[in-house]
Amino acid sequence: MIRSDILKELVPVITDELVVCNIGLPSQELHMLDDQPSNFYMLGTMGLASSIGLGLALNQKAKVLTIDGDGSILTNLGTLPTIANNPADNFILLIIDNGSYGSTGDQPTYAGKKTSLTAVARACGCDNVIECSAEDTVATVTEALKGDKMTIIVSKCESGNVKVPVIELDAPVIKHRFMEEVKRRNA
Amino acid sequence: MSISDQIVDSLVRNKVEFVTTVPCKQLAGVIEGVEASPDIMHVPSNKEDEGMGLCAGAWMGGKRPCIIMQNTAIGVTINTLATLTQFYQMPLPMLISYRGELGERVACQVEMAVHTKALLDQLNIQTYHFHRPEDVSEMDTILNHTFMSRKPTAILTDSNFWGGY
Repeated sequence: MIRSDILKELVPVITDELVVCNIGLPSQELHMLDDQPSNFYMLGTMGLASSIGLGLALNQKAKVLTIDGDGSILTNLGTLPTIANNPADNFILLIIDNGSYGSTGDQPTYAGKKTSLTAVARACGCDNVIECSAEDTVATVTEALKGDKMTIIVSKCESGNVKVPVIELDAPVIKHRFMEEVKRRNA
Repeated sequence: MSISDQIVDSLVRNKVEFVTTVPCKQLAGVIEGVEASPDIMHVPSNKEDEGMGLCAGAWMGGKRPCIIMQNTAIGVTINTLATLTQFYQMPLPMLISYRGELGERVACQVEMAVHTKALLDQLNIQTYHFHRPEDVSEMDTILNHTFMSRKPTAILTDSNFWGGY
């Protein structure tokens, strides 16, 4: 299974959740599969999806799912200690770990080699870290969304991409409709 | 009242409820005040661009954010300022310790000081330079302006403002 297979299976589970989605193909794939105002697509700024998700989760009540990648977590590795030390029980971080920089041509990441992001997250102090297979990802995310505990999920999958159109929504429009959703859920 | 306390008071008065910080010696008092304030959630970050991501999330969560950092970090935040804060039109007051100005004792700090205003200018970020202690009285207006305009603004606070090293 590759990332787009996971996202396809995940859509029915996350369609009504606040989702902060990683730059590049993950956002483009989610946008193509199931564009919702409750999706915040990152059009730039590699690495910050988990930081945006944590900032959002800490400051309002609704559940927040960040869909991130191994490459982006490696870019902003300092995010894991911050997450560990400022837990938000409405925050779920899904790291789709395909061992490659998918959006730039599937160059290998260190997460696909000797580095285990699961072990790194635990060493950083994250209490609830689950590593699962691509096949078990939907069940794991579903369970985490039902629970009331900050969860980091590392989903090990194969690398590979599908053809997707770029997102043509204006960034302030993405932000505006997302913020309206956040408001509605906190009213 | 100390300058640090006046700054924290201004943040609270202007309903800034989320502050992230990367430390600087000059900012120690403000960081202490932010941590102690019951009206502010303080989340230290490991790097300034990470902090700007946290602030973006806080803003979308309905809270007014602020980042407190040192000018030496301006370089590593340019991509984030351009592609997140500015591209999505989010407000972000940046309270910045302006190292490398008159009174500086560490020569290397001057190397980023000479680029600080040029980089902010290149990014079209409105920049306010606090040089005398009384300049702190502009905090309220700057914060109000930042959230009105939905843009990042920079407040550069130099050694003279803080009363020397």
